[in-house]
Amino acid sequence: MYTLDSKIPEGPLEQKWTKYRSTVPLVNPANKRNLEIIVVGSGLAGSSAAATLAELGYKVKVFCFQDSPRRAHSIAAQGGINAAKNYQNDGDSVYRLFYDTIKGGDYRAREANVYRLAEVSTQIIDQCVAQGVPFAREYGGMLSNRSFGGTQVQRTFYAAGQTGQQLLLGAYSALQRQVGMGNVKMYARHEMMDVVIIDGKCRGIIARDLVTGKLERHFGHAVLLCSGGYGNVFYLSTNAMGSNVSAIWKAYKKGAFFGNPCFTQIHPTCIPVSGDHQSKLTLMSESLRNDGRIWVPLKKDDNRHPNDIPEDERDYYLERRYPAFGNLVPRDVASRAAKERCDAGYGVGASKMAVYLDYSSAFERYGKIEANKRNLHNPDKETILNLGREVVKEKYGNLFDMYKQITGEDPYYVPMRIYPAVHYTMGGLWVDYNLMTTVPGLYALGEANFSDHGANRLGASALMQGLADGYFVIPYTIGAYLSTEIRTKPIPTDHPAFADAENNVSNHIQKLLNIKGTKSVDHFHKRLGKIMWDKCGMARNEQGLKWAIDEIKKLKEEFYRDLRVPGTANELNPELEKAGRVADFIELGELMCIDALHRNESCGGHFREEYQTPDGEALRDDENFMYVAAWQYNPDGNPILHKEPLIYENIKIAQRSYK
Amino acid sequence: MAGNMNITLKVWRQKNSKEKGYFETHLLKNISPDMSFLEMFDVLNEQLISEGKEPIAFDHDCREGICGMCSMYINGRPHGPNRGVTTCQLHMRSFKDGDTIVVEPWRAKAFPVIKDLVVDRSAFDRIMAAGGFISVNTGNAQDGNAIPISKEIADKAFAAATCIGCGACVAACKNASAMLFVAAKVTQLSLLPQGMPERKRRVENMVAQMDAEGFGACTNTGACSAECPKEISLATIATLNREYYLAKLTSENV
Repeated sequence: MYTLDSKIPEGPLEQKWTKYRSTVPLVNPANKRNLEIIVVGSGLAGSSAAATLAELGYKVKVFCFQDSPRRAHSIAAQGGINAAKNYQNDGDSVYRLFYDTIKGGDYRAREANVYRLAEVSTQIIDQCVAQGVPFAREYGGMLSNRSFGGTQVQRTFYAAGQTGQQLLLGAYSALQRQVGMGNVKMYARHEMMDVVIIDGKCRGIIARDLVTGKLERHFGHAVLLCSGGYGNVFYLSTNAMGSNVSAIWKAYKKGAFFGNPCFTQIHPTCIPVSGDHQSKLTLMSESLRNDGRIWVPLKKDDNRHPNDIPEDERDYYLERRYPAFGNLVPRDVASRAAKERCDAGYGVGASKMAVYLDYSSAFERYGKIEANKRNLHNPDKETILNLGREVVKEKYGNLFDMYKQITGEDPYYVPMRIYPAVHYTMGGLWVDYNLMTTVPGLYALGEANFSDHGANRLGASALMQGLADGYFVIPYTIGAYLSTEIRTKPIPTDHPAFADAENNVSNHIQKLLNIKGTKSVDHFHKRLGKIMWDKCGMARNEQGLKWAIDEIKKLKEEFYRDLRVPGTANELNPELEKAGRVADFIELGELMCIDALHRNESCGGHFREEYQTPDGEALRDDENFMYVAAWQYNPDGNPILHKEPLIYENIKIAQRSYK
Repeated sequence: MAGNMNITLKVWRQKNSKEKGYFETHLLKNISPDMSFLEMFDVLNEQLISEGKEPIAFDHDCREGICGMCSMYINGRPHGPNRGVTTCQLHMRSFKDGDTIVVEPWRAKAFPVIKDLVVDRSAFDRIMAAGGFISVNTGNAQDGNAIPISKEIADKAFAAATCIGCGACVAACKNASAMLFVAAKVTQLSLLPQGMPERKRRVENMVAQMDAEGFGACTNTGACSAECPKEISLATIATLNREYYLAKLTSENV
């Protein structure tokens, strides 16, 4: 039986990383020039890793399916990035960020990894500032902060509601600089189709040029998968249309274990679904919960206009249930609370599946401060509100505009309607402390790995993790492997392993094209999404999950019998691209349900209805489930479960409470 | 939820970069005003697939107005009729029942058509590789608060930095100039103290690459800024010109 070795360094928690960095084997500059690294994906993790590794002297190739590395979905992250700078003097520290992250993840993340993340968080901000990332500033010229869910300090750095964009453009700039210098070769409009394994080590990839359809073989001494999350398995999510699981799924089928696949984050504040035509859901940043208040009417089926419902007939249910954290409870808690109110019949809007996110008290509060600043005495209410609207516009203008664009309603005058939606996946390829998967030479970074967020990610921590992995972790940890590879000459790509892999890819493509059935890819994707959302979404139970596993099997059979992919393999063919991705989503969906079914407890985003406290909170079972579930692909049947026990030496385990 | 709008679409079809393109007309029924423009294309493509025809290729990804991938030239305007909006954020409620809508790809020599509405914008990446960065290797940074930057400067730099690199400015310009794209990056980095050391090299190299890519000259018409989904200010072009002439006058590269 395979034993998972997480390779966590010895020593006290706060010295592990420092000591490790000083003792990890190095590769000398002359050897770096001969070592080739493949990076798949160009988001925060991929771009930052590629740029930094190229700066160090490695030969790097980067692949992305979009037309430019700058399009990667990290660009859409809105609210901010956490760092334990304690610039606000409000009691923050590396330990506190570490503690908040472990607790926020409902005690299902690895202590050593999370501590390292908190430690390097401060360097990320410095690096980004040096690159010219225009973070928000105070009048005195210092960096500005705000709060996010699950914390009681202000440690989130931001650039209006476009923080991901600014951070990604910083990393993209650094990447393009290396492209210009010839240290990175960029392959845009290329999709990774498979990884190539030779003698048990990952030695390259098969990629498809999406414009010509040509399959290409690329050798690498190491391969880094930075391909993001798999939320699109639900069809409707806040992910970009192209976000997919395929890169890590191919790796899984070649032997990399998949960690905690069922841990999915449902984000509480998204614009509700408006109809069947809907292709994706749009997030309204968690930062809006800094100033906005969430409520539903006290009366069931209250059809009055929200502005006509008086204050004492509103139920600010988060403030009522969780007085200590109020509207800033973590995402899983806020999402379940919204679902609970809507299921109980208090929902609002046409579908009754929405709650209000209301800014009127923020307009008033900011308006009063602004009126004082401007020496306005006894201004009328409308003047105050308008002054407040201006302040809010500066902080969140792009989000308010986006809401108006999509719904046709003006949130400066009517409360927003919001509802939870799939946003992020904490699960991903299992990696050790070095970010290496169970396949030597194959790494996973950013959202593609399972590592740091446990069963629930805190807001503004995804950007932190992506950049930590890419800028500050992998450049060190990859030395542990590559220092043993300096004698490995590039393997010619006519090696039988490359030929085999290419052949399999080509056969799979032909198989999809030759079905010539009657239904489109989207048809199957929507059906898969509905099964997943209904049975493996915000609430799960044994019966539903078993049913879902059966349904997905049937769906898979029908997919390979009745799919229609127009066009050919030798041209730009977006339907063919989607077909390959949905084929993988279907298989992943089954694994997610298997994982959710086996985990007989509730923790973080994984809520099993059978396991809850009397007041409806998640009920963990630490005795039996305090482990990472790492699944091994089994071509002959059910996936094989391996367990990595989670050991907490520095944190006292408790029931997670935000009351 | 079916809607009640009937729309006639005239869409550019082109097999690949070598073959000639043509307009194809499609009638779409029961379009909901709540659909986004791209969701209407999803409906059309679904219809084409079920009829055994080839769907229309178009670029898109985030569908929330930030990745810059979508790029449709709608009724003679990049990203359609609304100000400050990308194609993916344009909704059908901006059109009327019975409308005929003409959809073309970006037109510019430096953006060759790949297929249907998909064009090649890699020229932008090459301009960025020529100088759109601050040369600071990972690990070299001092504390983020060590250089105070006034809020006004930070806000201005941010406003310029919001460019999404979609290329609407080029598509809108009668000369297919990329000045607004280059100006946005040059403005951001020349405003910030971190960008000072490379100020001259940056603007010289980016402009040289822009010219090499075959983008046209700027004649100050202002269509770029008017059509920019992120409303990048025309004043950035003034900054670019100032930076460029200053660099040229005092350049060491003569």
